[in-house]
Amino acid sequence: MQAEDKLTYETWPAEPEKSTLEAKNKFLGFWFFLGGETVLFASLFATYLALKDKVPDTTHTLAKDLYDLPLTFVATMLLLTSSLTSVYAMYHMKNFNAKKMNLWLILTLLLGLGFLGLEIYEFTHYVHEYHHTFTSSAFGSAFYTLVGFHGGHVAFGLLWITTLIVRNAKRGLDLYNAPKFYVASLYWHFIDVVWVFIFTVVYLMGMVG
Amino acid sequence: MSTYAQKKGFGATIWDYLTTVDHKKIAILYLIAGGFFFVVGGLEAVFIRIQLAVPNNDFVSAGLFNEIITMHGTTMIFLAAMPLVFAFMNAVMPLQIGARDVAFPFVNALGFWLFFFGGVFLNLSWFFDGAPDAGWTSYASLAMASKGHGVDFYVLGLQISGIGTLIGGINFLVTIINMRAPGMTYMRMPLFTWSTFVTSALILFAFPPLTVGLVLMMFDRMFGSNFFVTTMGGNTVIWEHLFWIFGHPEVYILVLPAFGIFSEIFAMFSRKRLFGYSSMVFATVLIGFLGFMVWAHHMFTTGLGPVANAIFAVATMAIGVPTGIKIFNWLLTMWGGSVKFTTPMLYALAFIPSFIAGGVTGVMLASAAADYQYHDTYFVVAHFHYVIVGGVVFAILAGTHLYWPKMFGTMLNDTLGKITFWLFFIGFHMTFFIQHFLGLWGMPRRVFTYLPGQGFETSNLISSLGAVFMSLAVLVLLYNVIMTSVKNVRVGNDPWGDGRTLEWALPSPPPFYNFKQLPLVRGLDAYWLEKMEGKKGMTPAEPLGDIHMPNSSFLPFVIAFGLFVAAFGALFNMDDKAWSVPVLIIGLLITFGAMFLRSVKDDHGFHIHKEDLMEDDNDKGAKA
Amino acid sequence: MKRLAKWRLISIFAILSLILSGCGEPFLSTLRPAGEVADIQYDLMKLSTLIMVGVIVVVMVIFFIVLIKFRRKDEKIPKQVEGSHKLEIIWTVIPILLLLLLAVPTVSATFKLADVKEMDKKDSDALVINVRSNLYWWEFEYPGQGIVTGQDLVVPTDEKVYFNLISSDVKHSFWVPAIGGKLDTNTENVNKFWLEFDSAKAKEAGDLFYGKCAELCGPSHALMDFKVKTMSRDDFDSWVADMKDVEEPKVAETESAQRGQEIFNKSCIGCHAVTPANATPPEARRAPNLTNFGERSRIAGVLDHSEEDLKKWLKDPEKYKPGNLMTGSYSLTDEQINDVAEYLMGLKVQE
Repeated sequence: MQAEDKLTYETWPAEPEKSTLEAKNKFLGFWFFLGGETVLFASLFATYLALKDKVPDTTHTLAKDLYDLPLTFVATMLLLTSSLTSVYAMYHMKNFNAKKMNLWLILTLLLGLGFLGLEIYEFTHYVHEYHHTFTSSAFGSAFYTLVGFHGGHVAFGLLWITTLIVRNAKRGLDLYNAPKFYVASLYWHFIDVVWVFIFTVVYLMGMVG
Repeated sequence: MSTYAQKKGFGATIWDYLTTVDHKKIAILYLIAGGFFFVVGGLEAVFIRIQLAVPNNDFVSAGLFNEIITMHGTTMIFLAAMPLVFAFMNAVMPLQIGARDVAFPFVNALGFWLFFFGGVFLNLSWFFDGAPDAGWTSYASLAMASKGHGVDFYVLGLQISGIGTLIGGINFLVTIINMRAPGMTYMRMPLFTWSTFVTSALILFAFPPLTVGLVLMMFDRMFGSNFFVTTMGGNTVIWEHLFWIFGHPEVYILVLPAFGIFSEIFAMFSRKRLFGYSSMVFATVLIGFLGFMVWAHHMFTTGLGPVANAIFAVATMAIGVPTGIKIFNWLLTMWGGSVKFTTPMLYALAFIPSFIAGGVTGVMLASAAADYQYHDTYFVVAHFHYVIVGGVVFAILAGTHLYWPKMFGTMLNDTLGKITFWLFFIGFHMTFFIQHFLGLWGMPRRVFTYLPGQGFETSNLISSLGAVFMSLAVLVLLYNVIMTSVKNVRVGNDPWGDGRTLEWALPSPPPFYNFKQLPLVRGLDAYWLEKMEGKKGMTPAEPLGDIHMPNSSFLPFVIAFGLFVAAFGALFNMDDKAWSVPVLIIGLLITFGAMFLRSVKDDHGFHIHKEDLMEDDNDKGAKA
Repeated sequence: MKRLAKWRLISIFAILSLILSGCGEPFLSTLRPAGEVADIQYDLMKLSTLIMVGVIVVVMVIFFIVLIKFRRKDEKIPKQVEGSHKLEIIWTVIPILLLLLLAVPTVSATFKLADVKEMDKKDSDALVINVRSNLYWWEFEYPGQGIVTGQDLVVPTDEKVYFNLISSDVKHSFWVPAIGGKLDTNTENVNKFWLEFDSAKAKEAGDLFYGKCAELCGPSHALMDFKVKTMSRDDFDSWVADMKDVEEPKVAETESAQRGQEIFNKSCIGCHAVTPANATPPEARRAPNLTNFGERSRIAGVLDHSEEDLKKWLKDPEKYKPGNLMTGSYSLTDEQINDVAEYLMGLKVQE
């Protein structure tokens, strides 16, 4: 099967993300990329854990007095839901339904945007209420770097998926762009998984002390 | 001639290489760039040995000396050894598995240009205000205290070239998993391909911690964060961990491909299949795995406590076992064989005693309590030069001679090759053997000078004289390269006559699509099997058909160049220069703009048509 | 016959001295251990070397047989051998056993060298020394005795001496090769270990051992040496008593030295203390304590201990220790430097 072939609902393969050699390579390569990203985040987690509550003096707020759990819980729900909506989008991609796929992807984008908004609000809240900034302590540096790296990944994901939707809005699905959508959704799930860890390690464990 | 013939002329050739996505041309780019940095790093080494030839020398100042050792280490590891290893991986691995190219040709080119611009950026530090001076390990407290921009060049330069290496690793992994020719099962892959595979996996998991470490240091130096600022709650030991979680696997990233090259050479020039092939594969994988479990043996004196030190000591010793398996397998490959002393084989033979010496001192270093004496002395310097030079550089020199005909279509002169070998071999042992004792006698490493009366004089002088031999060896090699390139005597598919693996079934150099028809692989040493049955080449596994090829692209160059520009902006932003932020933004715009372009512009590649392939054949027939 | 015997004797001496010189200097070399720690480490070195030489011999024997016996003589194709399970098991199991042989003493020594339980005991009379490394000098504080000194570490022989190690600026590493090595002085945490100094071996080394900084710490890393003076416990106690006697800065004797003291009090005392009981918090001590400067073995750790060298050092410290923090922190005329030098050389606590 060639990537440029025009396909119909009937000829659309069951696994469009893996039906050409290029697609197979992309699929596998992206998994490896995510493997590398996992190690990247693991290193950031380790750094955060080593520097948690490491502040220059007692005037600095520590984790257990800092975090706003209800807010991050809402953010978590938004991101988890967005993972689900991206699953629906891929379901429609596999059914050769570009329109519905785009709809679900747009929903995913909106949820991701909501998450990002909450995160930005959360950060400004910490900065203004608690003077917990990137430069105020090693704890602050580690916190903003870990959570900020994740936030940066979300922002990149939003731009990426937006580009994909806009670029392919007119021409619909083919075997050239289907793998692109698929790996973008993989990426989105990865972000979600990382967030689950952040929520657990940073926020929940932070509340315990 | 086929319609895909390249335009001739100097400008056209340059443009061709700037835009190429062909793994064979990228291999040549890696070889040239890596060779260039190898010479630069070698000059730095010569300066080090001149300075240390006599006590209280003032050939270079103390500060400059620290810059030289830092750049020597960084250049040799990141900009010479790795790219040279990558050159052979690119040149040979796709041929060995019977692929037409790597999985992501565009990414392959991007990886090269990122490495290249990162390396150039790092070396430009010499022309601004000083090179990095905190050692290639750049331990955080010293790096944070380092004045000027040296360390910033280190951080940004390595970051850029590190990304290049990482995507290169992913590329090779996917290539080996997805693009093997029919019949090329995992357990029929040549050992060089296996070592490329394991190395790539190591790259994938080892480089992210370095990336994180560099990011933290960049934030600390440029944006005021406090990861390594003790008074703000920071901790510099984090850097040590991150660096060595990368740094130790890095050693195996370098040495496994070296093992791979030597495995090929031993089998070829003994005319025997590799002894204990499956245990060799197993040992390679095991070394790769254990390589991640031992990083803290670089930190025995950091004060991690006896429990951690004991665990890491025993884990480190364990690596000796698979390495020993390999040594004995190589010896037994030659046993009963028909050993021919070609230049590559000389390196392979010399590698065994040299690497054994580096290996046993490695086991000695693993003994934590004794390591308290060796750590950060010339004993360590001697040890890792025995491993890196006796293992990796020997392999690179061997590979250069071995694969030169496959890459360029002409042989390097064997006599000159042997002269290079003997000069290098003698110089190497002369330089480094005595350094074991210097360390044991109490000479710390990274000292810009030493006082007389400590018993270091004679040995240092001997060591410096050894460097003369090694320099001469490199000069002879360069002469050899120039001379044979000028003569340019063309050679056939299997110029050594003892080729066993698929790459020797192809013309030298192979056509840009590598295999007209993908070969059918019937066992280990696929080409050897066919030769032994009296066949001239491989049996095709598919009928002659159209071949799908990727388009050339200038974008990889542009993407990497953008980061290069942006790095200047980020670096000079520290001095509050007005132009720095615009430069940073322009650089990032170039990079992301090019990435965006790549993303939205469809690139389906092109097809070489069956008729043209047949015409190629006829052309050759007519000429012959 | 007699002459031959004599020659034999001489050659034995020659070989012996060659071997000894192959072991380095007694005050500096790890191969001339002069204390329990260095002994343990030397034993491990010998054990590992022995095992490894065994491995090397086996490999080299096979290697040379191959080189001689299996050269290519004709174009015959040798038999293609896949491998041998028996051999492969042998060369997997034997190395494992050899490594175990090394691993067991390694682990036990590692724990032994890290055993500093004595430091935590309330009523311990073990000697504890706080080592603080700075760019590029060492401070040695004896908390139990209430004295501070720098550059020359003074220790009693034949007992365990415990060390707390930390750095004031960048990471350094504390190493006395002949006595035992080595532990980093980190910037964020205190590292602890112990050393022991053997009196007999110390005598051979002239009771003065060389200490080094082993971690790259900047331009003068190579010159960040210190010395270790060893003495019997009694001598040590009297040294401590003499040090403690200096409660006020000692008044200089000669006229020129008195002028020097005045200059010192104006220009130098901001960083350099001249009383051993230093009230300044350890992090804020910016330069070596000079209470017993006149009895040091070196100037700045590297120059000969003479007034001439001291003057040279004071005139241009940058020349002798690039990147040191004293350069440019004072400005003195040549006469003033002469006076200060005379004053400093007179700072002695022992008669």
